[in-house]
Amino acid sequence: MTDIAATPSEFQAHGHDDHHHDADHKPGFFARWFMSTNHKDIGTLYLIFAIFAGIIGGAISGLMRAELAAPGIQYLHGWAELQGGDHLHLWNALITAHGLIMVFFMVMPAMIGGFGNWFVPIMIGAPDMAFPRMNNISFWLLVPAFTMLLGSAFVSGGSGSGSGTGWTVYAPLSTSGSPGPATDMAILSLHLAGASSILGAINFITTIFNMRAPGMTLHKMPLFVWSVLVTAFLLLLSLPVLAAAITMLLTDRNFGTAFFDAAGGGDPVLYQHLFWFFGHPEVYIMILPGFGIVSQIISTFSKKPVFGYLGMAYAMVAIGVVGFVVWAHHMFTTGMSVNTKMYFTAATMVIAVPTGIKIFSWIATMWGGSLSFKTPMMWSLGFIFMFTVGGVTGVLLANGGIDNYMHDTYYVVAHFHYVLSLGAVFSLFAGFYYWFPKMSGKMYNEFLGQLHFWTFFLGVNVLFFPMHFLGLQGMPRRYPDYPDAFAYWNHIASLGYVIMAVSMIFFFVNLIISLAAGRKAGDSPWGEGATTLEWTLSSPPPFHQFETLPKVD
Amino acid sequence: MNILKTAILAFGLMLAPSAAMATPGATAPAAVAANAAAPADAVANAAAPVWPVTPPVAGIGQPVNGAIGIQPQVTKLGEEALWMHDIILMPVMVIISLLVLGLLFWIAARYRAKANPIASKTSHNTAIEVIWTLLPVLILVGIAIPSISLLAKQYKPAPKEAITLKATGNQWNWSYEYPDHGIEFTANMLPEKDEAAPGTAFRTDADGPRLLAADNRIILPVGVPIKLLTTASDVIHSWAMPAFWIKMDAVPGRTNETSFTIEKPGVYFGQCSELCGDKHAYMPIVVEAVSPARFAEWVKFKGGKMPGSEPVAAAVAPAAPAATGATAPVADNAAAPAANATNAATAATGN
Repeated sequence: MTDIAATPSEFQAHGHDDHHHDADHKPGFFARWFMSTNHKDIGTLYLIFAIFAGIIGGAISGLMRAELAAPGIQYLHGWAELQGGDHLHLWNALITAHGLIMVFFMVMPAMIGGFGNWFVPIMIGAPDMAFPRMNNISFWLLVPAFTMLLGSAFVSGGSGSGSGTGWTVYAPLSTSGSPGPATDMAILSLHLAGASSILGAINFITTIFNMRAPGMTLHKMPLFVWSVLVTAFLLLLSLPVLAAAITMLLTDRNFGTAFFDAAGGGDPVLYQHLFWFFGHPEVYIMILPGFGIVSQIISTFSKKPVFGYLGMAYAMVAIGVVGFVVWAHHMFTTGMSVNTKMYFTAATMVIAVPTGIKIFSWIATMWGGSLSFKTPMMWSLGFIFMFTVGGVTGVLLANGGIDNYMHDTYYVVAHFHYVLSLGAVFSLFAGFYYWFPKMSGKMYNEFLGQLHFWTFFLGVNVLFFPMHFLGLQGMPRRYPDYPDAFAYWNHIASLGYVIMAVSMIFFFVNLIISLAAGRKAGDSPWGEGATTLEWTLSSPPPFHQFETLPKVD
Repeated sequence: MNILKTAILAFGLMLAPSAAMATPGATAPAAVAANAAAPADAVANAAAPVWPVTPPVAGIGQPVNGAIGIQPQVTKLGEEALWMHDIILMPVMVIISLLVLGLLFWIAARYRAKANPIASKTSHNTAIEVIWTLLPVLILVGIAIPSISLLAKQYKPAPKEAITLKATGNQWNWSYEYPDHGIEFTANMLPEKDEAAPGTAFRTDADGPRLLAADNRIILPVGVPIKLLTTASDVIHSWAMPAFWIKMDAVPGRTNETSFTIEKPGVYFGQCSELCGDKHAYMPIVVEAVSPARFAEWVKFKGGKMPGSEPVAAAVAPAAPAATGATAPVADNAAAPAANATNAATAATGN
């Protein structure tokens, strides 16, 4: 970890006697929030957007858990009547929307757009992102993208409204199997979100390579910046492949091509290869910034530099590189040759090694430290354990011969919710509580924060752990109704959702009262352990920081 | 006692199909008795002869409420994979998770600010970093070796004498072909009694649990290798049978192949395992494994031919050989003989 010896006074906001100085000159409301070129304001927009999308995606999962709380169709008939389509199609539209919203409109905007925008420039001592206007268009592309996805719920996608293809949009279900404009809208929405992310990735790579403060070498960058750098490369290299794949879907759907139509010489499995060539790096895109956030927090609250800094940075690089050559472990049941399966089994297991290095290095960072268990630290500790659980089930699923049984069952659902809903989301909350005082200038309520953590931890475990059992008993994914023998654990899981939903009330109450009447946060509320550059600035930071570049030794 | 039971059962089993075949009218009362509320069924059922439905055994070939483990396996490969899951993977996963949890608790107690006010500044220890890189490598190699060999065994092609079963996924049912025997049929999910249209078949407990029962079962012999071919006519489906450790996607334009040998007679249930549209949850897969002799009878019943010889005609023509043929599955399927007997009488629901 870097030790920053810069003196804060040089680049802090100037006093009130200097109103017209550029550093604190804020544009009017419309220009500031709708035509923004300020990385912090754009970061805030991304965070608000992600919270909004998270509420919608989370509400959809609430509908799904309500339906699945007991065997038989409970509510779908009634909901479908409101919507005027087939109740089973509505189910598929719900699972599709939940997946797409959480991946593209909640986790990615929050991690990269939100925290990345806010803290990457500050952590490397830069005044802003390299391309501030491109930064703005990155955010504003998300708005029509999300509007398009939400709008698809109101047009026909087959026997009902909305696209019912699953977030993976597998052909031929997504081509010949889904008439109506809903799937086209969902695909165009992904195009826009993908373009937004590619522009963002270019921006981050350029910023990190060119705008580091004097002395801030690559090997002194905070691990969060490393994580965003690796993530940006993954985005840049994988999203064009998704864009190609879904463009082929569009032309198959509308212009008579047959890329994925066997009758026309195409191959449905080709789509899966293209999708997962994007899709597997995508899961690291969602978790790597979380690794970075957790590294900062563990170091801060242990009052110790990160253990094995170089190992931690290059473990992320290794995960990123290997993450590109393991995609077909999502396709073990498609009828691949045995040699291909053996390769993808072995390659996938390799990823466990750098991941293990990270887990052990976090533990070693705390070892010998002087630990305080503030809310961000609790989320990070929860992250380490829950990500480990999701990681070991990932090693199990990596075995092609074992995955035969688990594939497309709830075991897989449990696995990826442990690494995402308990991994990525835990790191998002960790980062939110950690940087809330910096971003808002107000302290959050510690009691409500702890209450939120413990109830959320309980809730998501009750929600997702039983899904392992359901999967082992053979329950397939994406089912609106299930044999009665799956009733018990499904019921428990739905109770877990209720606990989690209640815990989110604590979060929003905390957010509102802290913003309205929170205690004023100092420049560095976490004390001596917080060594990165953002803690040398005021809380909230000046509108433009680092007019004089800080020097890093 | 056992002999008596067997004799009664044999009689019952022999009677039901042959009676149905000989005099269609004779099935009508049985059907009426079974579905007293829907007399229209009798008409539908009386039209075609029926094959008796063996009721499934609870806990075999189907999920169990509240259970937390893998379904019992009835194929050699399934048993081997289950062994690998239970003996190699589960202990490794549990030990690693508990190790991390234990370390977190230990650190939280030992290095909390009160217990350790001054933090050390250690940030490197090459030896320990090498250890925690190499140790996982060794563990993974330990997992990869049996894993790769399991994959190799799963891909051993079926021997020449294997029986071919071709499953075609459609929106939303399965059609099956036995190309060696000249048999074809389609399997739809059996709806619940209150959901079935009047005069059509509905599910009884003998057929299997709700959402798992199908109107036509795949009948396969035990102990004989089965070559499974899967394909689809519209979108991708997946033919999954947890008790066999088999899951093979059914992809339009492709034919995928896998094989298995069922070791135990019984009724086994699976469900479509690739999102295929609206009724994805409503296209179950049901395999009934019977003795080879019984299988030959079924082939004859379905109007097919056993490949390579003329055993069908010889076996069923006179009454006595038919009786022996009918006894065989009873002896094999010792798990629920009593249920079989009642079933033979009320077997009329499916058609």
